[in-house]
Amino acid sequence: MSAPPLLQVDGLRMHFFTKAGVVKAVDDVSFRVERGEILGLVGESGSGKSMTGYSILGLVDPPGRIVEGRIVFDGTDLTRLDAAAWRRIRGNRIAMIFQDPMMTLNPVLRIDTQIVEAVLAHADVSRESALARAREALVKVGIASPDERLLAYPHQFSGGMRQRVAIAIALVNGPDLIIADEPTTALDVTIQGQILFEMQKVCRESGTALVWITHDLSVIAGIADEVCVMYAGRFVESGTVADILDRPLHPYSRGLIDSVPSRNERGRPLRQIPGMTPSLLSLGEGCPFRERCTSATPHCAESPAVTEPSPGRRLRCFHPLQ
Amino acid sequence: MSATGPAPAPLLELRGISKRFTSRLDLAARIAARLGAGARPQTVHALDGVDLAIGAGEVVGLVGESGCGKSTLGRIVARILEPSEGERRWMGRPYADYESQGSRSERLAVQMVFQDPFASLNPRMRIVDVIGEAPVVHGLVAPRERETYVAQVMERVGLDASLARRFPHQFSGGQRSRIGIARALAVKPRFLVCDEAVAALDVSIQAQVLNLFIRLREEFGLTYLFISHDLGVVRHLSDRVVIMYLGRIVESASTEEVFARCNHPYTQALLAEIPRLEATKRAYIPIKGEIPSPLDPPGGCHFHPRCPHSTARCRSEAPRLREISPGHLSACHLNDAP
Repeated sequence: MSAPPLLQVDGLRMHFFTKAGVVKAVDDVSFRVERGEILGLVGESGSGKSMTGYSILGLVDPPGRIVEGRIVFDGTDLTRLDAAAWRRIRGNRIAMIFQDPMMTLNPVLRIDTQIVEAVLAHADVSRESALARAREALVKVGIASPDERLLAYPHQFSGGMRQRVAIAIALVNGPDLIIADEPTTALDVTIQGQILFEMQKVCRESGTALVWITHDLSVIAGIADEVCVMYAGRFVESGTVADILDRPLHPYSRGLIDSVPSRNERGRPLRQIPGMTPSLLSLGEGCPFRERCTSATPHCAESPAVTEPSPGRRLRCFHPLQ
Repeated sequence: MSATGPAPAPLLELRGISKRFTSRLDLAARIAARLGAGARPQTVHALDGVDLAIGAGEVVGLVGESGCGKSTLGRIVARILEPSEGERRWMGRPYADYESQGSRSERLAVQMVFQDPFASLNPRMRIVDVIGEAPVVHGLVAPRERETYVAQVMERVGLDASLARRFPHQFSGGQRSRIGIARALAVKPRFLVCDEAVAALDVSIQAQVLNLFIRLREEFGLTYLFISHDLGVVRHLSDRVVIMYLGRIVESASTEEVFARCNHPYTQALLAEIPRLEATKRAYIPIKGEIPSPLDPPGGCHFHPRCPHSTARCRSEAPRLREISPGHLSACHLNDAP
């Protein structure tokens, strides 16, 4: 056994208890992230990928509740923390970047106020040195003329610049782990390229681990070390990025990769996954993908267990692809 | 797909289309202007002298970053907006001709499919009304045949016709996209403007909707102006790719040509940014800066502040869009080098 990982999620179940029934948004998901590693958490809408991210940060509100499982961060089980302990970790040792930077930024406060606030919440330093750290963080994410930008309001920034500021706020306390929830989905390709570049550089330089949540495999293809695929709240498979993209074992991952236009001959119909994602409300036992799967057999009505077909590779399927 | 000789007249032609949006001054600014303070209405130059011809049956992909004017161009083609300058022609005759003669089928010939399948459907209308309203209003279908007609259209786009009495919120994103497409098809158009029609969808659903576009094109001989920021999608679907930057077309060529031998530095930068589905660690080399504000576009070539090859001439003189090889247009001064 090597050193314990920075983050270990073990059999996480996060359910919403609604009037219409229990929605199993996250249902038995496990993965681990080493220090300085970039994990891509991939899935479509409703796969539970964002809820997994929120669970790690303790951001689940009623009627949602973590019903089972452990989230061990640097030796501490986060599911057992009280509010005071959470405040010491959130925004300090684990930070989050949201899809829409306006969710992070307060529209009526200047950028300097917002970053300094994040510093002073966790460090006992003077306002001046907090401001210096804020400036440094803006430089790190590639914002030109940081001194002027510190005095601006969020509406004076473009979408890409706002996302950079949100990343700067996440970075300012030097966290060990950043959870990024689709931070480039709303941005143009050229801006997305810039943000990916900055994140890659920052993580490499500071040894920060990153969980990058996305629906777009091609975004994480260039930056992630490991990939974990989710479907309908369940874990599907995980492995190194090369394993998943070149030798997917689960029929769902295969279908996801095959439906990307660049993997198809131009002008020909795309290889598509039939049907649509099932409602989480009516999901019973068994593999949730079996209705859309070409390899499904009656056996799939039972829930497959997680197996380890090769070292570092985990899979939940009775009929893995060869 | 086939490259035919010089077509008689393109199905749709835009000549020197410009569009400016001018903000109205608020009360305080008007008073300030009266008193001699320098408050002037701000003008956004969304489009600046765009020429574009699209042949019958062609699929043209229109690519650019947000704010480049691609949606404005799509809306002008679909007659949702009127251009400030320039002329639109349909089968060789100006749009205005068709207005005066009341020739209905020509006026309905261009339809639009919108980006957001949530915002573009009226939440209080049943699907049968969403799809059936326009064909009845325009007299294409008798009111009592409406339900049968809607059922036919729904089946064409892969929707279960028994769901016609439902409301939009009862459908998933992919199904709503299909409803938006069905609504456009219901008036029997020849030309569809698809504005980011698959951008809001998950990868697996996106593939299904793209396949629907491919099938409908074959079935009805449709022509598409496919607006997207996703070069992967555009490459898959289009015969020709048109790249826009800040209100101007910078390059236009067949899809193979663009992806094999793109000419304009902006296109080159854009192609370098496409995230690829390959498990190789990429060192991202981003292009500098962001798209400038169309309120105050840079002089000369709009791309010069971000261009690695810019010269003094690029700063002063706007390059013309000209043919650099058969069918390949590019607007860059570098092509004039001896």
